[in-house]
Amino acid sequence: MAIIDFVINSRVPMQALPPDWPGGFWWHWLFFTVVIIGFVLTMVMGFIYIERRGMGYMQSRLGPNRTGPFGLLQPVADALKVLLKENIVPTTADKLVHWLAPIVAFAPALMIFAVIPFQDKALLADLNIGILYIVAISSVSTVGVFMAGWGSSSKYSLLGAMRNVAAVVSYEIPLVLAVVGVVMIAGSMSLNQIVLAQNIPFILLQPLGCLLFFVAGCAEINRSPFDLMEADSEIVAGFHTEYSGMKFAMFYLVEYAEALAISAIITTLFLGGWRGPLLPPILWFVLKVVIVFFVMVWTRTTLPRVRIDQLMALAWKFLLPLALINLVITAIQVLIWPTALPWILVPVNFAIMVVLILIWSKFFKLGLGRIEV
Amino acid sequence: MKFERYGIGIAKGMTVTIKHLFRPSTVSQYPEQRLNTSRRIRGNELIWSEEKCTGCGTCAKTCPQGAIEIVTSTNLVENKYRVEKYEVDTGYCIQCALCVEACPFQALFLSYQYECATYRRDELIQGKEAMLETPERPVSGYFYPERAAKLPKQTLLIEKVVEKR
Repeated sequence: MAIIDFVINSRVPMQALPPDWPGGFWWHWLFFTVVIIGFVLTMVMGFIYIERRGMGYMQSRLGPNRTGPFGLLQPVADALKVLLKENIVPTTADKLVHWLAPIVAFAPALMIFAVIPFQDKALLADLNIGILYIVAISSVSTVGVFMAGWGSSSKYSLLGAMRNVAAVVSYEIPLVLAVVGVVMIAGSMSLNQIVLAQNIPFILLQPLGCLLFFVAGCAEINRSPFDLMEADSEIVAGFHTEYSGMKFAMFYLVEYAEALAISAIITTLFLGGWRGPLLPPILWFVLKVVIVFFVMVWTRTTLPRVRIDQLMALAWKFLLPLALINLVITAIQVLIWPTALPWILVPVNFAIMVVLILIWSKFFKLGLGRIEV
Repeated sequence: MKFERYGIGIAKGMTVTIKHLFRPSTVSQYPEQRLNTSRRIRGNELIWSEEKCTGCGTCAKTCPQGAIEIVTSTNLVENKYRVEKYEVDTGYCIQCALCVEACPFQALFLSYQYECATYRRDELIQGKEAMLETPERPVSGYFYPERAAKLPKQTLLIEKVVEKR
């Protein structure tokens, strides 16, 4: 903690160009780059463990428990195994695209963390358009996935990549619209400012927005129940069917790094980020991220995979209208109480969420009601 | 108005999975912990009583696989057969236990053994010495109800899954 405090106190404000450009800024940049890479890698290993053990227990199994105490070293064992594997490139593959794809997919997942605050002002770059940056960057991963699908020259890979593009394009819209509500309440796009504005965590003021963001985020990073692009029972492993060795490890890492990114964004936008009593801020942040990820694992074990038409219908007929309505309601509330939203709105907004979801479920139809939902 | 369509179904499913999270798991940790076997199990080894056996060779005749090989010589002094060689190739044995049922002198039993994997086929052949009843090689109660009744009462379930740390 002391070293983080030291770096924060010694650094210059990030909003403008620092006056001592060669000195303070680069140390700050180096420090936080190392911190972010370390954070992502350790958290991904933790997430793999949580996911495999948690899923195991939820399915009345034990999960991996042979490597190390409680199976804690399982991610290390996995990584070692995958690193020693042979790297196979299909003969008909587009070699360059096939080789570049994991990097293109991995870099954006890491870049998202540049604007996530771990503590007050403890972030790589306090962009005043932070959330816009995240929205712009997070979609680039899809290019990498599509490159993988195209470069592999395999029908399963291409199908998986196509499905991924379709899902991401559809779910991007409710995702962004759900974020806009938060931005309106906070009055800023900088993630640090959004966290500072959360005297009441925004999940209470924006329950519908949080739900929409969670669903759309799960679909965006292709986690179950929206994991159509790597649906094992239909298209082997989707876009990374033809990948092995280190390149496969990169895709595996991307999957969890994106889950970590979405958890971190939900934590920052809706759960009050690093804010919390007693414990140090970084611990609160990690705790909230793990809780959000646990909910993802929980839904993954519970829900069966949706069909492709259900996936599209959910995005366009359910999430998009609700997100728009949520946006209008939030705008009206912000107009009436411009400085800060009062506590009384918490039950009101929860009631609005329940009523809206009930009404929309009632009228949710597929194929003019001829197809069972 | 069915509430399953309004997200209640999802909520029900979520409660089921979270209950399972805090429930003892149902799998056993095999090498450290085995499931209880029935006391009338048809194991993969034969147990042979040298005293009761007369060397009639009925077991070898009934064996559908021809896995039992018995060689006898005549003992003219006592007017008996002497069993020179008694071998079972457990690799061929299908654990039908017809030999046990056919034995007219009740000299043949089955064991509890079920983990018989070896590296060589000839290690699967069970000779005369490896067929005698010992404390390590107890006799299963199969086909002998009075023997089975004497064995301790047991459940096939294990009480609690003990996780290896």
